[in-house]
Amino acid sequence: MLRDITIGQFFPGNSIIHRLDPRFKIVITLLFIIMLFWGSSAVCLGIGAVYTFMAIALSRIPLKMFWKSVKPLLPFLMITAVINLLLVSSGEVLWRWKFIKITDEGLNISAFMIVRIVLLIMGSSILTYTTSPITLTDAIERLLSPLKKLHFPVHELAMMMSIALRFIPTLIEETDKIISAQKARGAEIDSGSLGKRARNLISILVPLFISSFRRADELATAMECRCYHGGEGRTRLRQLKSAPRDYIALFITILFLAAVIAASKLL
Amino acid sequence: MAILETQELTYTYSIGSPFEKTAVDHVDLAINEGEMIGVMGHTGSGKSTLIQHFNGLLKPTSGRVLLDGRDIWADKKKIRDVRFQVGLVFQYPEYQIFEETVFRDIAFGPKNMGLDEAEIKRRVLETSNDIGLPEELMERSPFELSGGQKRRVAIAGVMAMEPKVLILDEPTAGLDPAGRDLILQHIKAYHKRTKNTILIVSHSMEDIASFADRILVMNKGRLFCFDETEKVFARAEEISQIGLDVPQITKVFMELKRRGINFGKEVYTVGYAKELLLKSLKERRKS
Repeated sequence: MLRDITIGQFFPGNSIIHRLDPRFKIVITLLFIIMLFWGSSAVCLGIGAVYTFMAIALSRIPLKMFWKSVKPLLPFLMITAVINLLLVSSGEVLWRWKFIKITDEGLNISAFMIVRIVLLIMGSSILTYTTSPITLTDAIERLLSPLKKLHFPVHELAMMMSIALRFIPTLIEETDKIISAQKARGAEIDSGSLGKRARNLISILVPLFISSFRRADELATAMECRCYHGGEGRTRLRQLKSAPRDYIALFITILFLAAVIAASKLL
Repeated sequence: MAILETQELTYTYSIGSPFEKTAVDHVDLAINEGEMIGVMGHTGSGKSTLIQHFNGLLKPTSGRVLLDGRDIWADKKKIRDVRFQVGLVFQYPEYQIFEETVFRDIAFGPKNMGLDEAEIKRRVLETSNDIGLPEELMERSPFELSGGQKRRVAIAGVMAMEPKVLILDEPTAGLDPAGRDLILQHIKAYHKRTKNTILIVSHSMEDIASFADRILVMNKGRLFCFDETEKVFARAEEISQIGLDVPQITKVFMELKRRGINFGKEVYTVGYAKELLLKSLKERRKS
């Protein structure tokens, strides 16, 4: 059950999108988000959709995986769409029943919102699906490095992020093991009354906390044994290098963004 | 009659995904009441998956698990009762300890069974005695104890449910030799007192040879062999081919046999080896 969690899942591969410099990928994703939210006409969203599906096709990751990342959010999308539908009162009234009225504008806004958010999730999933968590945090560290001048702990933040990401699967495995062990002692975790389940949760959380602290302690010792002393003067094994393809990808994205801006101005 | 039995037991992980893997493949076995069984197998041989079927933590993909002749999955709601009858101690069980006192942690299982206070107390004290935990530790925090003591608290927590079958997954892993011997001694004493069926998974052939009536060997998800200790170690060559080992003393006697000194018997404990050697020395002196 816990194994099904897909947050930040990475699918190793060798597509052109996989090979892009992660720093560029982050910047491109930010531009992509601006692109989606700039205009509010169908043409603007259409351009965004073309861009999204082009990137998905290039990433060679099955469309099914993107659907998987959208699916859990569908209920929330539906609820916000319905609220939008009912609360927007401007525009031509299409249907009316007592105090509820639905206008063409409300319909428009709801539909656009759904499409926009689905595209947003799919597009930003490309980033996490094609970039390993470690390179992603490397890139974030590099992109934020100007903030170091302001004494912002960029390296520490990036290190914490990579450690947190690294330990997600380990902790999931650990949790699975503890649940099995307590079940073997008759704890009711996925059956029984709510009160009993809540009490049994303690029997899982306490060992989990203890082992997390133990792991943190061990990791700190191991890092110190390797003379880790923070970011200053630290060199890296994998240097991030930009290639022509990164600039081309950035250029294409800027072109699409320009098209969206132009379309929203002209139409 | 067999107390625990599997019929065509098969278990496949993550069916339908690229990670699909059959961990246990058509395993048939029968374990008799009161037996002490050693379970051997390489990492990833399926032994951990197999033992998690015995108390219904995993549900077979196909095949059946019978406890006292009844399919444990016949009534899904009764699966908790199966867990009380077949106690499973996981590897490194001290990581499951969570209560404030040793007493309360050992009492967790019996409490879940819905027993009354007096019965819980009797069981906790009796099993702590079996596993060698003195009574003055009962009100201490389990987190203050030594590694070996914590391990014994966790084992007592399962024993206190008084399961008909007790399964221990590597109960001595990570302990020093003294702690290891102590735990094995206590388990043996518990077996002697209760006459309950016990299964112990172990990587140490010396340990297994010292207690097991029968040995179950898993290899690549299949049952490699399940036979009396002597007969299993007689197949030393096959066993080393699947990446397992035989006790050192067995190796010594195999080498002796190769050089023409044959005792005509399989030797797998040092005690027995000593007995054999002394006897043959005496005979030689006489002649």
